Amino acid sequence: MIHTMPALGPALPEIVLALSAIGLVLYGALAGEKSVNTVNGLAIAALFAALVLVILGSDDAVTFNGSFRVDAFARFLKVLALVGAGASLAMSVDWLRIEKQSRFEYAILVLLSTLGMMMMISAGDLLALYMGLELMSLALYVMAANNRDSVRSTEAGLKYFVLGALSSGMLLYGASLIYGFTGSINFIEIAKAAQEPSRGLIFGIVFLFAGLCFKVSAVPFHMWTPDVYEGSPTPVTAFFASAPKVAAIAVFMRVAIEALPHVTPQWQQILVFVAIASMALGAFAAIGQKNLKRLLAYSSIGHMGYALVGLAAGTEEGVRGVLVYMTVYLAMTLGTFACLLAMRRKDGMVETTDDLAGLARTSPVMAFLLAALMFSLAGIPPLAGFLAKYYVFLAAIKAGLYTLAVIGVLSSVVGAFYYLRVVKVMYFDEPAGRFEKMPTELRAVLGISGAFIILLFFYPAPLLNAAGAAARALF
Amino acid sequence: MVIGLSHYLTVAAILFTLGTLGIFLNRKSVIVILMSVELILLAVNINLVAFSVFLGNVVGQIFALFVLTVAAAEAAIGLAILVVFYRNRGSIAVEDINAMKG
Repeated sequence: MIHTMPALGPALPEIVLALSAIGLVLYGALAGEKSVNTVNGLAIAALFAALVLVILGSDDAVTFNGSFRVDAFARFLKVLALVGAGASLAMSVDWLRIEKQSRFEYAILVLLSTLGMMMMISAGDLLALYMGLELMSLALYVMAANNRDSVRSTEAGLKYFVLGALSSGMLLYGASLIYGFTGSINFIEIAKAAQEPSRGLIFGIVFLFAGLCFKVSAVPFHMWTPDVYEGSPTPVTAFFASAPKVAAIAVFMRVAIEALPHVTPQWQQILVFVAIASMALGAFAAIGQKNLKRLLAYSSIGHMGYALVGLAAGTEEGVRGVLVYMTVYLAMTLGTFACLLAMRRKDGMVETTDDLAGLARTSPVMAFLLAALMFSLAGIPPLAGFLAKYYVFLAAIKAGLYTLAVIGVLSSVVGAFYYLRVVKVMYFDEPAGRFEKMPTELRAVLGISGAFIILLFFYPAPLLNAAGAAARALF
Repeated sequence: MVIGLSHYLTVAAILFTLGTLGIFLNRKSVIVILMSVELILLAVNINLVAFSVFLGNVVGQIFALFVLTVAAAEAAIGLAILVVFYRNRGSIAVEDINAMKG
């Protein structure tokens, strides 16, 4: 037998992240709690290095016997995941220090879960998918319980763990059935074997999709989202809402398009149902929410519904729509959480809608950008949120999914209510008191994401081209 | 009676169902939930190994080894979170996991 070393070059960004995580654990363990600032800085540097390596490495490659694939699709989503992880880590440093929750492990957990996401995005078979997903999830469970002395944070961690473990179990059960009925775990081989939908294969697809729906928090597997978002420390929530969602949607697309192209009508039904249910729940359940983190949890459930509309189309155009949607969603989420992290009064953090009252008079710039973000989340032109919704609905209509598109538009109208109420509270209510000064990192993230969502409509070509090239790589 | 693939799949399906029901019907202790999760993963392993033997293809058995490893890590993290939760709440009953609702 000849043993050859698999080519490691394509996985260089992942190797950098893995080695820096290991190195930082050692350094943190030896240097103790005073190493927090160094570890945070080095972790952000490692994420940045991985980002540069992903952007520079422009060759498509398959390595580790087909279980690790690098293509335009993977690069596009890895950039999104790394930007999301880096920005949310940068935003969390100051907050955690003030709240006395700084631990050097936090940045390392961010690195490890980002590594898991990148493995997932590049997964070429079911085993790599599962290992990446677990590496991401195990780190996320611990992060949710980061505030060890709080009932709510530990409860969030426990709930996330129990439901996450159940979803991994369902995903695995589906993976085992797909393996059994196609004879392979490699996506390309599965696509070759799964020309005809057999009953066992359909069962496998249902379980696999149920597991993935858990990870993107789509209805009916969304129950954990509001509680975990509310209970976790706010920077952790910002992280949960950004990068892991991108990675989960990425792997969803890869499995559906690359491994199961011949059984599209079968999985399309599942996705149509899930998308409609998520959009409707996201629109209606958030109406009564006072807590902004809970409101954003329902909002993210709705947005995952919109993103799945594009995937349900099952076409190249649909995938491009999803990629545009995730980019815009990432920018909107990071910007909104930058505002949420800045809601600090002298006596501590506040997180309800009423606390934003009169923000337009106390800090007009933040109010303006938050209002723009809210309009964009509601999908009002000429902001990026409108553009994102436009492309997914267009793809759904071209694929003949008229009901889906109509329900999507209707639920985005209903959803606009609670976004606009935040704007109303900021601009027309009596001021409720001034917030503390906003730290520089939050200003930077809010400024960049605000500029992105305002200007994208006027100059969308680069994003559309990149997303188009990424979508082509899947077909 | 010859024991074929379908027998193994049936056992695995029963174990999987028991595990899932154990998570949803159990009102007592979070430990029971952890046991149910293990049951689900074992059901998956039976599936994988049975398919692997039936297909004459070793991939399923390798997959099962990975699942075992990850299950160990998962149990460790779950118990760690449970210990922290117990310190704050003083209970691990499922009905006491109720600080957040709505």
